[in-house]
Amino acid sequence: MSFTSAAFLIFAALTLLVYYTVPKRGQWIVLLVASFLFYWAAGGGYLPFIAVTILSTWLCALGIRRRDRLDEAYLAEHKADMTKEERKAFKNGAKKKKRPYLVGGLVFNFAILGVLKYTGFVLGGVNDLLSLFGDVSVTVPSLILPLGISYYIFRSTAYLIDVYWGKTEAEGNIAKYALFVSFFPAVLQGPISRHKDLAPQFFTPHKAEWSNLTEGGLRVLWGFFKKMVVADTAMIAVKMIVSSPTKLTGMYVLFLIILYSAVIYGDFTGGIDMTIGLSRMMGLRLAENFDHPFSSHSTQEYWNRWHMTMGSYFTDYVFNPLSISGPMKKLSKWSREKLGKTVGMRVPVYLATLITWFLTGLWHGASWNFIVWGLLNGAVILISRELAPLYAKFHKRFPGLREKAVYGGFCALRTFFLMGSIRILDCYRDVPVTFKAFGSIFYDFASWGDLAGGKFLHMLGLELWQCVVIALATVVVFLVCHRSKTKPVLTEISERPWLLGGVCALLIVIILIFGSYGIGFDAGDFIYQTQF
Amino acid sequence: MKTSNKIIRASALIIPLLLVVAFLICATPILQPKYITASPEGSLTAEYYDAVKETKHDVLFIGDCEVYESFVPAVLWEEYGISSYVRGGAQQLVWHSYYMLEDALRYETPKIVVFNVLALKYGEPQKEAYNRLALDGMEWSETKVGAIKASMTEEESFTSYVWPFLRYHSRWNQLTAEDFKYAFSDKPTVSDSGYLMQTDIVPATEGQETPRPLVDYTLPKAAMEYLDRITKLCGEKNMELILIKAPTNALAYHWYDEWDEQILAYAAKNGLAYYNFIPHAEEMGLDMSTDTYDKGVHLNVYGAEKLTRYFGKILAEEHHAPDRRQDVELSRVWNRRVAAYNERKTQMASVSQSKINP
Repeated sequence: MSFTSAAFLIFAALTLLVYYTVPKRGQWIVLLVASFLFYWAAGGGYLPFIAVTILSTWLCALGIRRRDRLDEAYLAEHKADMTKEERKAFKNGAKKKKRPYLVGGLVFNFAILGVLKYTGFVLGGVNDLLSLFGDVSVTVPSLILPLGISYYIFRSTAYLIDVYWGKTEAEGNIAKYALFVSFFPAVLQGPISRHKDLAPQFFTPHKAEWSNLTEGGLRVLWGFFKKMVVADTAMIAVKMIVSSPTKLTGMYVLFLIILYSAVIYGDFTGGIDMTIGLSRMMGLRLAENFDHPFSSHSTQEYWNRWHMTMGSYFTDYVFNPLSISGPMKKLSKWSREKLGKTVGMRVPVYLATLITWFLTGLWHGASWNFIVWGLLNGAVILISRELAPLYAKFHKRFPGLREKAVYGGFCALRTFFLMGSIRILDCYRDVPVTFKAFGSIFYDFASWGDLAGGKFLHMLGLELWQCVVIALATVVVFLVCHRSKTKPVLTEISERPWLLGGVCALLIVIILIFGSYGIGFDAGDFIYQTQF
Repeated sequence: MKTSNKIIRASALIIPLLLVVAFLICATPILQPKYITASPEGSLTAEYYDAVKETKHDVLFIGDCEVYESFVPAVLWEEYGISSYVRGGAQQLVWHSYYMLEDALRYETPKIVVFNVLALKYGEPQKEAYNRLALDGMEWSETKVGAIKASMTEEESFTSYVWPFLRYHSRWNQLTAEDFKYAFSDKPTVSDSGYLMQTDIVPATEGQETPRPLVDYTLPKAAMEYLDRITKLCGEKNMELILIKAPTNALAYHWYDEWDEQILAYAAKNGLAYYNFIPHAEEMGLDMSTDTYDKGVHLNVYGAEKLTRYFGKILAEEHHAPDRRQDVELSRVWNRRVAAYNERKTQMASVSQSKINP
């Protein structure tokens, strides 16, 4: 049941109706039932997997809570008799006692993710190696990959770690916890909300408020617009270019960088808008996942604005713990002693950054394309960091340049193309093909005659009207995003009833007429849903 | 909040949305293809309903292009007094034919049903476009629901049949004056009792090329099951089912002997008459240098008239299709249809002639 299907719209409308009709204390049960129905509709065979993740992380969190309570009780009873050192030693001991629950839960769930998502990739690599030694290969099993597994495993493992760190309370009621993991608008493509932020909202009574319904509804429509008018239309050209990597080179690859940026932005932010909008209609506030990423002046800034909940997951649960871990401290000490302060202090930072980005790439997909994509992002961030003194020197030489709009525009454009160039690894079938295609921008740009003669559009598989639709819709999205920096435009619109009615009507008509759906399109395919 | 404010707020949302609904209701018939100038085959299904309200038919043809391009009800009436209708369609697959028959039975019960067997070679839905041509014009009923479900390709959705806007929304840039003109008014008929006239002459050029051999000549199970359903339905309604194969046998749509043997066996098993007209083409006077409009794939009007006369005799003499020319009321209807047919033939023939001698 895709977000853009009629079935989903009816399902969501019915859920909302029942949600606001039942007694308030039962609202979360409506959401739980709806979430499991939704997941069952996505594939009945997926249910046991999400159930196992829910059960295992819930039990492990309870184990941690049980240990915490025992230790707190002991400490409360014996605190007066203990010295400071004894208390510290006791706390360390307590931490060790609850660690098996954490490690067990994490290992078990990441093993599920690893086996289901990466077995094919790993065995494919093994077969590539074996092929060097003759006609030998291992059978690659065909495993089920539950929809949204990367998201719900991240959500539940983040919960487990937060419980271990004492950042959130362990949930005693498994049904309530199951709702947090499986909440249907967010189960397939995030955002990866944290338990302490989201869970309490489920169990707070929600009245059907006009502002929630209208602003949420408008945001859902806005998501449809971005997905079906911008992303799915531009996707036609993306597919054409990618399907002919040797023929559509140079100039076409440059267009691919631009078009795929529009596709991924429209597709992913559109899907998230639908998720956040629908949740808002239920009175729930989900974490924002994007903050004007294409206005970023640097790669670091871009990643602070793009897929923010994933970024914070990797920062909080991978990069930070890794950076301050025992082995990393030892490495830091060793490298400073052996390699000198300048190089030595960089080694652990570099290593933690590259490991984090390697895992980020791997999470995005089981292929070398994503691994290289992740490592390139990490490399760009590290290079930027190394160049920071040079930038500082440059700006010292040209003071006031930073404040100039033109320079800001240049930086945003530079970041856009840099990120876009790396992003095309999503598109091509393998890494060498991607690099070759990218290289053709510099050595095989093709003739500008293609542009003038109408051949260009033909090669892209687009008609002129589709180009106009993509261009105009992109401008609208850009203007709305730009204006929303000061005050969210959608909020502004929803505060004026007649404007709201007019905009909703217009959006519906535009989506229905200009949206890419029907024969030849699968508007239900969200890149960030099918990939994860 | 005051009640008046609540009303204003609700109105501000509801009124524009109602306008959207009104817009979509108006836009749908504009965007739907009219099937007049382009793909007139799409009009065939809908044209039946007006015809059957006018008069009932004793013979009903069902099948693909080989029926709507080969049998001329006006000639059957003029020569034999047989009241007939062709419920054919472009690549009408056997399940389409079954549901066309079931749909027709909602209005009349013909004495004879003639089914062209070429479509039995297809065991699964082929192209969405053909489904649309066949089903868009069908009136809503349980039969149409069944027809859609049986016909849909994987990429189609039932919703888009219920609300065709979802299918044709992107036609906005292909709209012509015809789309607006006939969006809310009656369209001119494109057929003569289901016969779609072609007057051009484009001779067959094929030699004696051998058709491509097939790996498996077994007619698909799904198709034969629907043939069973047609046979059963005819039996239940006391209608005689006649199987035919039109006389055209172009290389691209070759009718293999192995298929013919299976149909012969099926007909014998079920006590049905089966006429394969391919070996009788010469006997009925068909000349593929003048009687085809597309190099021998289909018959033009001149070929279709010859075939119709030939088959009309069989229908009248061997299957006792009644001669209704004494029925005054029916004669009035058919005389008008025959006149319309002749007028169309004169006009179209003149256009075809002007193509040859501009």
